[in-house]
Amino acid sequence: MRIRDWKIAFSVGLGGMLGAVGRHVISIAFPADSIFPFATLIANLVGCFLLSFLMNLNIIKKRLSPAIFTALTVGLIGAFTTFSTLSLETISLWSEIPILAVGYVFISIIAGLACCFLGLKLASRLERSSI
Amino acid sequence: MIISVAIGGFFGSIFRFLVALHVTKRLVGTWLVNIIGSALLAYLFYQHLQENISDFGWAFAGIGFCGAFTTFSTFGNETILLLMEHKYKQAFLYISSSLLLSIGTATTILYLLNTST
Repeated sequence: MRIRDWKIAFSVGLGGMLGAVGRHVISIAFPADSIFPFATLIANLVGCFLLSFLMNLNIIKKRLSPAIFTALTVGLIGAFTTFSTLSLETISLWSEIPILAVGYVFISIIAGLACCFLGLKLASRLERSSI
Repeated sequence: MIISVAIGGFFGSIFRFLVALHVTKRLVGTWLVNIIGSALLAYLFYQHLQENISDFGWAFAGIGFCGAFTTFSTFGNETILLLMEHKYKQAFLYISSSLLLSIGTATTILYLLNTST
């Protein structure tokens, strides 16, 4: 690995720090007694929209340095969203109300892809209008 | 507590970045970290439940590290790009294998830990 890669890795870490804290703050804000994992779902959906928006917006990519762009996308948004908690929550929902577990996975995927699609479309619309 | 999550998130995202740097084949990096991270989280969850891991340890390794090591947004973005390229079969395989392997491995780990004690 070159020094440049380590620099980017370090900035990814800093972004990831903020992302993980943001996700944790959302999970605290939600009532602990609710069965359905709304906190993870919201973090994942917001993150999907933002990531697809930024990744497909070349005007931003060109203006930011690779370290800052990667810190924002791979670090901040990447760490804000999570797959492992989704897996674990699905397993624990399955042991209580199986239909909710199926619904949780289904909504996460469908709504997640819809958010990605919206982010992508908004980015390409902005690209076109900026030319 | 929040500081433990932050430090875990710092290392988790760096490890994910390093995996992506070394696994250059498209989709495979994210696929791998999501399955490994889910398995690790299940193990940590059990140890935390058994009080072998403190609340701070759980905040660092579980919420921080595993949470940031795995990612849903990149998974979503990669899938939507596959769909836009009309690679429907590949998108379906990517979604279903990610879900089945991560949830399946985590379930197996929890089952084995529960029966071994």
